[in-house]
Amino acid sequence: MNGIKIVVLAKQVPDTRNVGPDAMKADGTVNRSVLPAIFNPEDLNALEQALRIKERYEGVTVTLLTMGPVRAAEIIREGLYRGADDGVLLTDRAFAGSDTLATSYALALAVRRLAPDLVIGGRQAIDGDTAQVGPQVAEKLGWPQVTYAEEMHFEGDKLIIRRRLERGVETVSAPLPLVVTVNGTAPACRYRNARLVMKYKYARTDTELQTESSDYIAAGRSSIRLTEWGVDAIGADREQLGLSGSPTKVKEIENIILQAKESKRLTSSDADVESLVRELLEDHTIG
Amino acid sequence: MANFYTDNKDLRFHLRHPAMEKIVRLKEMDYRDKEKYDYAPHDFEDAMDNYDKVLEIIGAICAEVIAPNAEDVDLEGPTVTGGHVTYARGTRENHETLTKAGVIGMNFPRQYDGLNFPMVPYVMAAELVSRADAGFANIWGLQDCGETILEFASDEIKQEFLPRFNKGATASMDLTEPDAGSDLQAVQLKAHYDEERGVWLLNGVKRFITNGDAEISLVLARSEEGTSDGRGLSLFIYDRADGGVIVRRIENKMGIKGSPTCELAFRNVPVKLIGERRLGLIKYVMSLMNGARLGVGAQSVGIAQAAYEEARKYASERKQFGKTIDQFPAVYEILTLMKVRLAAMRSLLYETARFVDTYKAWSFIAAERQLTKEERDDLKINTRLADIYTPMVKLVSSEWCNSIAYDAVQIHGGAGFIKDFPVERLYRDARITSIYEGTSQLQVVAAIRGVTTGGYLNQIREYEKRELRPELDHLKKELVSLTDDYEKRVAQVVSAGNNELTDFHARRLVEMAANIVMGYLLLDDAQRDACRTSLAELFIPLAVSENRVRSEYIDSFEEKLLGLYKIG
Repeated sequence: MNGIKIVVLAKQVPDTRNVGPDAMKADGTVNRSVLPAIFNPEDLNALEQALRIKERYEGVTVTLLTMGPVRAAEIIREGLYRGADDGVLLTDRAFAGSDTLATSYALALAVRRLAPDLVIGGRQAIDGDTAQVGPQVAEKLGWPQVTYAEEMHFEGDKLIIRRRLERGVETVSAPLPLVVTVNGTAPACRYRNARLVMKYKYARTDTELQTESSDYIAAGRSSIRLTEWGVDAIGADREQLGLSGSPTKVKEIENIILQAKESKRLTSSDADVESLVRELLEDHTIG
Repeated sequence: MANFYTDNKDLRFHLRHPAMEKIVRLKEMDYRDKEKYDYAPHDFEDAMDNYDKVLEIIGAICAEVIAPNAEDVDLEGPTVTGGHVTYARGTRENHETLTKAGVIGMNFPRQYDGLNFPMVPYVMAAELVSRADAGFANIWGLQDCGETILEFASDEIKQEFLPRFNKGATASMDLTEPDAGSDLQAVQLKAHYDEERGVWLLNGVKRFITNGDAEISLVLARSEEGTSDGRGLSLFIYDRADGGVIVRRIENKMGIKGSPTCELAFRNVPVKLIGERRLGLIKYVMSLMNGARLGVGAQSVGIAQAAYEEARKYASERKQFGKTIDQFPAVYEILTLMKVRLAAMRSLLYETARFVDTYKAWSFIAAERQLTKEERDDLKINTRLADIYTPMVKLVSSEWCNSIAYDAVQIHGGAGFIKDFPVERLYRDARITSIYEGTSQLQVVAAIRGVTTGGYLNQIREYEKRELRPELDHLKKELVSLTDDYEKRVAQVVSAGNNELTDFHARRLVEMAANIVMGYLLLDDAQRDACRTSLAELFIPLAVSENRVRSEYIDSFEEKLLGLYKIG
């Protein structure tokens, strides 16, 4: 649909896909210093869906929205490198320690201020793996939501969405405004665009400008400003943010090391395959 | 995340060559675009950072998209239906991914939606794409045609065609015909001017045309009736949207199977003239070919890198007699020599790219203002060096690419002969590099001028003057004595006054010069980075022994033996 405004929800996460032995600290929290900070993978799938709509229809804008510390501005730059029009970084000490409820509260307020027609996010983040934030944002906005999306296009003013479910696919139609969360099975996000990288590489938030010591920044090379919003910009109630706004309590964290116990090595010989089939039938794993 | 740019330290090393400061300043005309384009660099460091970041994008696409597609593309290949080519699925994905990344038209000026990159990072990108899939590298690399349009076409044609590259337009250069291969003067495709329609029309057949069904084609045709040599040929530009060219068939090739090699039939095809009539072959195609030859140089280095990686990996995993085979002298010698030659040919490739960059940048500046005498001299020197280094790099890197691919198969043993390993494809892909865009034998014909006019020798003596760390002195001494010997042999051959004898020894002499040049370039590299000293230490003794064989043969050769060679 022409002229719609899309907000993409994105999160900067530690890259938990290549976890080494020092990934967790002794107190059970994530050791962020050894894990590179990356664009949450399924949020990249979400961004790709937004960019495809932008390519297909006239006058569509894509705004990236992320909440996190100052360095999460990198997520906005990553989005700009790939074709997003602009971005907003929600950053404030008051946001620190927010669980999914407090996070979705802040995001919903920011979305309301941006007033888009469509919000697209990844299904879940690879650090918390809750898959709660997208649906909670929808509830707080009072908008319908469609999860596990893989592909979408407009028919008239309805968004037609293909969902990836456990045992197949389902196609649904939904009116705007709408929140969609995208599955990792959706097409991968496009690569950075050369020209956009050169254009936006010095784009900075005001806070970044104050803390960075790069010569380029000092020389005024950074002419593009990224938007930063704090608590007041979205009119949030501080009580509902951070630790005070987060009912989730972590009781205990346990490190689990998976071991190959009682494992068996089979060759591809007929005899081995047959014995495996027999065993699986016997314990009713199959059949 | 796999990345062919960041996993190979050599590339950043060559990108950061000290000569780049001048090249980038000239190319960017003192960074004047910064006010006009939001993606133009503000200064040298900014530009270098741009090249680095863009190469990183290309390196990721090569490792994550193009290389994984290469096997399927090789199997599936392109097809022809209804006179037009359909690329293999992987080829389409590769092209679309690179187009979206905005890396087509890399060295065009920004006014034509290019990135205004110098040749050095562009050649690097070509090397990366070739390492991923040499066949696809042709489709991507034919953006070179844009350079010819840029240099010689009218503003109107430039405006019409150049911005289309960045949006993903493909290109081809239609030169060869059934009876005009190495000898392009024999081109017959007929161009006549239709007075009524006010348009040039082409009729005839082209053969062996890489990517012949491209959206934009540069076509060499005979515009002057009654002529039979190169002076009757002009260069035209064809827009596929105008129609008229039919792909009759595509060749079933040994390698680079993803790249469609077409036979084309032209029937009253409307085209536009590039530049002036009669200059098609003698000026424009010569320039086009020089770019293409440098491209094949990059392609050869890319394939050789891929072959080396495969060989190294296999040798470090394959166990025989209780240990991995890379622990046996017979194998580690091969592996190390592959690496050393790869380093030498890469240094030669980027040295050549820098000469090309420098002369091209001066030529563009000269179109705007008069050059000073020093600037003109610099233009002249670099033009000459580019002219003699281009055939040298094409000759050496394509031949060595073949032998490195051969060695890589050898290291795989029986497994290398089976299609299960990528090295088999690399071996087939390598084979074309010493054939197309001028065979090795024709590169020697182009390069021999550099021998007889003293072009190589002068440049070698320039290298000789450079200051080196004392611990490199003994290596330099070897090269000085090789140079003296080379000079003596050249004099010996030339003074015989027999052109046939010169042609007979030409390849030997060009290769002797090339070994010395690469020896000095590796010394330069070692001077910049002490970690690279071992490469020079390994290469130079090889150069000494290889040159000695050639030198002794030339010295003891009797002219009357030439007659015996004609018997075969």
